[in-house]
Amino acid sequence: MIALLRRDLTLAVRAGGGFGLGVAFFLILCALVPFGVGPDTTALQPIAPGILWLGALLACLLSLDRIFALDHEDGSLDLLATSPLPLEGAVAVKALAHWITTGLPLILAAPLFGILLHLPGQAIPPLLVSLLLGTPALSMLGAFGAAITVGLRRGGLLLSLLVLPLYIPTLIFGTEMIRRGQEGGATATPLLFLAGITAGTLAVIPFAAAAALRVNLR
Amino acid sequence: MSIWEYANPVKFMRTSGAILPWVVAGAAVCTVTGLVWGFLTPDDFRQGSTVKIVFLHVPAAMMAINIWVMMLVASLIWLIRRHHVSALAAKAAAPIGAVMTLIGLITGAVWGQPMWGTWWEWDPRLTSFLILFLFYIGYIALWSAIEDPDSAADLTAVLCLVGSVFALLSRYAVFFWNQGLHQGASLSVQSGERMSAVYRYPLYLTMLGFGLLFLSLLLIRTRTEIRRRRLAALQAREMRA
Amino acid sequence: MIELGKYAGAVIGAYGLSLALLGGLIWQTLAANARARHALERQESRG
Repeated sequence: MIALLRRDLTLAVRAGGGFGLGVAFFLILCALVPFGVGPDTTALQPIAPGILWLGALLACLLSLDRIFALDHEDGSLDLLATSPLPLEGAVAVKALAHWITTGLPLILAAPLFGILLHLPGQAIPPLLVSLLLGTPALSMLGAFGAAITVGLRRGGLLLSLLVLPLYIPTLIFGTEMIRRGQEGGATATPLLFLAGITAGTLAVIPFAAAAALRVNLR
Repeated sequence: MSIWEYANPVKFMRTSGAILPWVVAGAAVCTVTGLVWGFLTPDDFRQGSTVKIVFLHVPAAMMAINIWVMMLVASLIWLIRRHHVSALAAKAAAPIGAVMTLIGLITGAVWGQPMWGTWWEWDPRLTSFLILFLFYIGYIALWSAIEDPDSAADLTAVLCLVGSVFALLSRYAVFFWNQGLHQGASLSVQSGERMSAVYRYPLYLTMLGFGLLFLSLLLIRTRTEIRRRRLAALQAREMRA
Repeated sequence: MIELGKYAGAVIGAYGLSLALLGGLIWQTLAANARARHALERQESRG
């Protein structure tokens, strides 16, 4: 499993932009928003949590189809399926690799972009915690969507159609947590919900994704 | 005699063909009578004539949820017992469910405009219906995207399972996110203020009518799918010969 | 003719749109069914 993780990470780095591309997209999105809504602090501050979460969500979505597509093309996915490593484990590792290459850089960059959008300082810790708790669920659900659409030629658009509705609960609780942090309220309730969704997703979705992969490899 | 006998496509075709005229007749009678009766009810003292929209809005909304549940059950049966009719029934039900959701949303919007002064409000009930509609769209899109019928059935069934969990999760998440404008259930047994009998009986009739309408459409669409499947099998056999 | 009062547009619009959607769905269902049945009959009579 560790070998698989190392291989995926190496591939992502070698392919170029594995780490940087998502963050660059995130930066562009955060830079474009003020052009759309105006540079006022009063206009930007209330929507900053939503923009940051939506940016993270879309940046995550962009790189989803790469989770299985390349391995499916060169046949290494079939090797994975026949290897002693259970396919569920392989899916989890792939999702983890996706999270490390896109989720983690996003989290590290998010405070900076929060400042760009005039997010007050007291909202930065909830922002970090919510992203840290929420993005693993995004990667795992994305892996599920990628597993379902791996055999399709034009799966990209369908993938977003399937995956985005699944992101709604995470998005709601993530932004709610930052908003409450911004207003100085108690963040425990959304935090617990967010953690619960992520834990449930990590526990159950690998099985669904592996089942979908097995169907696609049949 | 067990219910699993209907998993045999031939048996299903014969039985559904026999009961279909009765179901269609029942659906037509109940829906038309219910809607006409509903249209003739007196105006509500607060809502005026808009109260007549309830006879479309409530049955459509109810069916939208029930059809998703039916698809979930059919998907589970397909995944566990591998009965093709079950998978095809789930496929056949999805567009009906999507149309029912759309009717619920549209009638709700048209009703909300004069009552709440807005076509759309990000209210928990409205929002979760929109999310349900998105799930229907994704499900239908996935069915039409995959060529191999058995893989399509498997993958959509898995999607339906995961989607059900997340649709339910979204439903409770949006309650957390925004408090609503929409009134509570009008027909629930617990609620103190109940609908007057003038509206209740035609509403029951349209609910029954929409249920039968769904059943007849479902039977016809499933028969279509079975015929298409048989046609494809015959053509494949001819190609090989 | 029943009196719909000032909300006539809303009521008629809601009924009209819903019945149009239902009608479209029923038409599509019947048309697809007829097409499948004819194609199948043609295939069966040929083979």
